[in-house]
Amino acid sequence: MGAGDIIQAIEAEQLRSDLPTFKPGDTVRVHVKVVEGEKERIQVFEGVCLRRKHGGVRETFTVRKVSYGIGVERTFPLHSPRLDKIEVMTRGRVRRAKLYYLRERSGRAARIKEVSQAS
Amino acid sequence: MADVETAETTDGQDTSAAGALDAGERIGMLGRKLGMTQILDPRGRAIAVTVIELGPCVVVQRKTPDRDGYTAVQLGFSAKKESRATKAAIGHAKKAGKGPFQLLREFRGGENFEVGRTLRVTDMFSAGDRVHVTGTTKGRGFAGVIRRHGFGGFPGGHGTHEYFRHGGSIGNRSFPGRVFKGRRMAGQFGNDRVTTRNLSVVQVRGEQNLLLVAGAVAGSRGGYVEVRPVAEVV
Repeated sequence: MGAGDIIQAIEAEQLRSDLPTFKPGDTVRVHVKVVEGEKERIQVFEGVCLRRKHGGVRETFTVRKVSYGIGVERTFPLHSPRLDKIEVMTRGRVRRAKLYYLRERSGRAARIKEVSQAS
Repeated sequence: MADVETAETTDGQDTSAAGALDAGERIGMLGRKLGMTQILDPRGRAIAVTVIELGPCVVVQRKTPDRDGYTAVQLGFSAKKESRATKAAIGHAKKAGKGPFQLLREFRGGENFEVGRTLRVTDMFSAGDRVHVTGTTKGRGFAGVIRRHGFGGFPGGHGTHEYFRHGGSIGNRSFPGRVFKGRRMAGQFGNDRVTTRNLSVVQVRGEQNLLLVAGAVAGSRGGYVEVRPVAEVV
């Protein structure tokens, strides 16, 4: 095994296979494990997936939601053990891979069409 | 570095099959930097690690106080084709009952190691240990002061001409009439022996002879490294 293969194997071990497939534009509910003092509980962050930054174990995705009128974005490492699970609520139909344009929009303009069942 | 399997050194007798050595016998080992990646720990932190193929190393020669005036062992790492080795190197390795090695280095200590003994990562290190890692930095050739020392250079405009990446003044006038020692100038950059101290061992993978160390280590992928344990503070 060459040097690169060994490193790929180490990374492959850490990939999570229990995650659903989702794309930018999808509305996802991310269940994050948070530690508060001694206890650990699950916190849910729901919003639109803005982007995915690929890269094996280093893959991350960003979720945007509007909370009390303030836009909030959180970026999660996709393969992090802190993620309990990811639920896909709706599949959005979008025409680009990075939905940064949503940041300038609010209200009705920031809506994303759902993927029709046919596709 | 084609042949990662160091076949000739791995098979044969494996005297150190079982378990770790005593603290005093952990003298260090030779290895090869494979590259970097990250490890996600259970708390979700991503730890940047350098993957080192460490050993197996063979004790090729012992230095004794009687004969050499100090105690050390010479370790060999990574089998070398006999057709590529000198007869002297072949003969030298033969005393340990092995073929020639790509790399030979001395490590202080190891008075109980007999010649021919094979040392493995698992004998020497375990997760949580602290180590010093010595490598040779990437050679950047003869580099100017901007690249080598991070000098600022000169403005691209305002009448500056033919003087953009120079170091500027290197001293004063007839007093002191000389350039002070240590003046930073252009010269060979990189290809230096550099020790990164006090790195922590994140994982040891015995079956693949791998040592994963948190943080960066000098040198290119495939570069040889020496790994030594951090001495216990008494």
